[in-house]
Amino acid sequence: MCRIGAIKSLNYVHPSMALQLMQSQQKGHDNSGFAMVMHDLGGIFEKYKHLPTLSMAASDEGVRQAEDILHQAGFQRVLQWVPETDNRPGLDINAMPNYVFETFDYPKSYRNAEQKVKEDLLLDMRLKLRDALEANEEGFVYSFWPDVVTLKEIGNPRDIGTYFRLWEPDSTFTAKVITTQCRQNTNYDIVRYAAHPFHLQGYTALANGENTFYLKNVEFQRKLHRGYIGFESDSQCFLYSLHYVHRELGWPLRYFKDVVTPLPFAEIEKRDNAQQLKAIRQSLGHLEINGPNTIIGVLPDNTLFTCCDAKKLRPIVIGRTADTVVLSSEVCGINEVLPDRDWETDIYPHEREMIAIDDNLEVQRWNQ
Amino acid sequence: MESMRVQDVTPNDLPWKIRYDAHRCTLCGSCVAACSFRAIESKVEQRRLIFSEGEFPEPKARFSAVPVIRQVKSFKNYCRGCGICEKICPNDAIAPVRNPDSRHPIITRCLGGDSIKRGGRKNLESTVRTLDKLRVGRISQMTDPSLDAQRHTFDMLAPFGRILPPQKLPMGVGPDGLLQATGTTPPVNWVYPVIIGDMSIGALSWRMWEAVAMAVAYLNEECGLPVRMCSGEGGVPVRLLKSKYLKYMILQIASGHFGWNRIAKAMPHMVEDPAGILIKIGQGAKPGDGGLLMAQKVAEHIMAIRGVPKTDLLSPPNHQGLYSIEESVQKMFLSFNAAFKFRVPVAIKVAASATSVSVYNNLVRDPYNIVGGLFLDGIDGGTGAAHEVSLDHTGHPIVSKLRDCYLAATAQGRQGQIPLWAAGGLGKTGDLAADAFKMMCLGANGVFTGKLILQMAGCVGNDQGRCNACNTGLCPVGITTQEPPLVRRLDPEKVAQNIVNYFLAMDTEFKKLMAPIGNSSLPIGRADALVATDQAVADKLQIQYVC
Repeated sequence: MCRIGAIKSLNYVHPSMALQLMQSQQKGHDNSGFAMVMHDLGGIFEKYKHLPTLSMAASDEGVRQAEDILHQAGFQRVLQWVPETDNRPGLDINAMPNYVFETFDYPKSYRNAEQKVKEDLLLDMRLKLRDALEANEEGFVYSFWPDVVTLKEIGNPRDIGTYFRLWEPDSTFTAKVITTQCRQNTNYDIVRYAAHPFHLQGYTALANGENTFYLKNVEFQRKLHRGYIGFESDSQCFLYSLHYVHRELGWPLRYFKDVVTPLPFAEIEKRDNAQQLKAIRQSLGHLEINGPNTIIGVLPDNTLFTCCDAKKLRPIVIGRTADTVVLSSEVCGINEVLPDRDWETDIYPHEREMIAIDDNLEVQRWNQ
Repeated sequence: MESMRVQDVTPNDLPWKIRYDAHRCTLCGSCVAACSFRAIESKVEQRRLIFSEGEFPEPKARFSAVPVIRQVKSFKNYCRGCGICEKICPNDAIAPVRNPDSRHPIITRCLGGDSIKRGGRKNLESTVRTLDKLRVGRISQMTDPSLDAQRHTFDMLAPFGRILPPQKLPMGVGPDGLLQATGTTPPVNWVYPVIIGDMSIGALSWRMWEAVAMAVAYLNEECGLPVRMCSGEGGVPVRLLKSKYLKYMILQIASGHFGWNRIAKAMPHMVEDPAGILIKIGQGAKPGDGGLLMAQKVAEHIMAIRGVPKTDLLSPPNHQGLYSIEESVQKMFLSFNAAFKFRVPVAIKVAASATSVSVYNNLVRDPYNIVGGLFLDGIDGGTGAAHEVSLDHTGHPIVSKLRDCYLAATAQGRQGQIPLWAAGGLGKTGDLAADAFKMMCLGANGVFTGKLILQMAGCVGNDQGRCNACNTGLCPVGITTQEPPLVRRLDPEKVAQNIVNYFLAMDTEFKKLMAPIGNSSLPIGRADALVATDQAVADKLQIQYVC
């Protein structure tokens, strides 16, 4: 079983907090990888929140190819940050030669373009880069989006932390939202793209469980959007459903829950909005999930949320202090990073609940 | 000594021979009275007994006349092997025996000069059924827990009606941040995933039809299973049309339009909408061959319901006036949608065919969203009457064709928009839950079944040529006949009870199949839950091959 975690804070926090959050839960995962997506960036990226940052692990050739493609398209690099690595012998890490975070300015012709046009351009560029680097496995392009960075590696999370020097807190590499998970794919092949969290156009999702409606989801999602690709893991389906419901259909977040775990028909009939709930269940039946799952997601406005499968077969706990909210599969993770919180205010969501935390750390609880 | 005439019909030419034991027979006459086909008769045989009474052989002959039961030597009144004589005989003195040397297919054509007609299903020998080469092979164990069929709740309903793609839903976000309807959507009824297939009042006896209707009402009102029944093409009793139970009925219209005069006239008096309208274009058991109700079954009440004289009632193979799928969509679907003010979903039933995907594509791409379901009927379906050559030699198996349609929809991102309902030999082995479940994994939203319902009622026919005489109006168990003495053999309450019990058992079995794959709602399109023990089947259906 996976363990998943997320931190949302009023202050910029360093990934070491995410490592600590997950380290205490290590008996519950198999220490086969480490992945995190950071939103609302601080440190060296703080000045560039409006510009897209490329997160990529690649060979030398891969880096060259990616940069060529971006330059050709008119993107201009404004910042490059290559984490200083600690390559001491004996570390359990299967790292690519380069891990780069590069921030680019938009091509001149796009600088005054509408937001949506820019967002489509960024997606198309990421897909193009991924496609170009995939052929010879020259590299893995995880995200290309403003105010978002992604780090994914195969190996022991403790050693990955050591390698990237993430155990030593500093102020250069921080964010207000960090989502993280410590396990490589187990159901399918081990490939870097299969490690959640997954990111698409400002949306991030990660999950603990198994989506037994994977095939139904995949077959439907393939035709919904050009960005819905890969499907190396069943958890990617959650991201695509979230993106589709919230961005493409423009529905409020709470309806994501009605799509993935619709109410039973008998229950729908009793509701005032039965007509809408039924229409959702009918038209989006192929995005329903089944099996045990807990989902954590982040929206483009940095709202952090969580919800579970309809039978609540996977755990999640939410712990809070005045300036930080932590989501974790196991409460021991929260105890580690927020030892002084009032644990009586911890939230254990139920199967029909959706919990969202906004930028003021206000916690909203919606019953489905 | 008698002379032999080669062309005479003898029991050895017929499909069944009567085994008769004169020593056990009490000559009660029950078998002769019970045989609806008049295939046996009482006769007097001359017997000659040679005996000797003295101490030395002094042979004498004694002649006697002995009453016996004999098989009728006729290609018309021939034994169908129904076994009613055996069932009724108190002494086990008589029974039909299958005759492997039958010349029946030849002599019937030679002597009758007409094609052979019968009811039932395809009688050709076949290999192991495709569905029996499939297993539910993806079991939830460690990575995801299986469910408990007794303890967990399951949501087992299937859509009947057109479903809009999500981006076309007329909904917007209101000032309160909640979704609000900004228009109307086509009607969709969520019903039990097994619909009782279209068997008309006419094809069935009034008692049988009533028994099915009773079972459906009971399943809905008392058991909480929203099972729907399709009327078949042949009208509906006016009393039912005007009752609240109409909501459990799917009204069928086919090319003969039988019974629709009364239905149309009853519309102003209806207190409930019907569950749906099913336009029948074709039937899996006899594709390209229309409906056929032989004159001998057109009793007075059938004449009244359908508004017809006593004659063979043929529904033409095609709908007169419809020459293209566009016309079909515009004329029939629109008019039936409009007739019930767009409150009742309208679906279409076609025979599975090499062209089914084209039909499905045409319907699913129709921009008016008025086709609310594709009922696809395969070659193994049953029929009340058809030409044997159609029954045995035309048609298309349902399993791969259903899968083809689902995959065609998937390739276009249109799965689910027109619900797929499959039939044609499902439940043939008596195990409908397993067949239906596998079809759902392959992409069917639900299934429909007819022949199996008759078997629940006591139909003795089978696919090895037993009985299959639904067309004659002489059904020995009162199911497909309008002859009052035969109809009275059927106890409608008992039939309804059997149907209800079967559905309850099946409902439990569905849960027993959903629980191990860890699904609480129907696994439509979850082909990953299936494995095939046959490589060719696996390849064709795009599922995992196992051995």
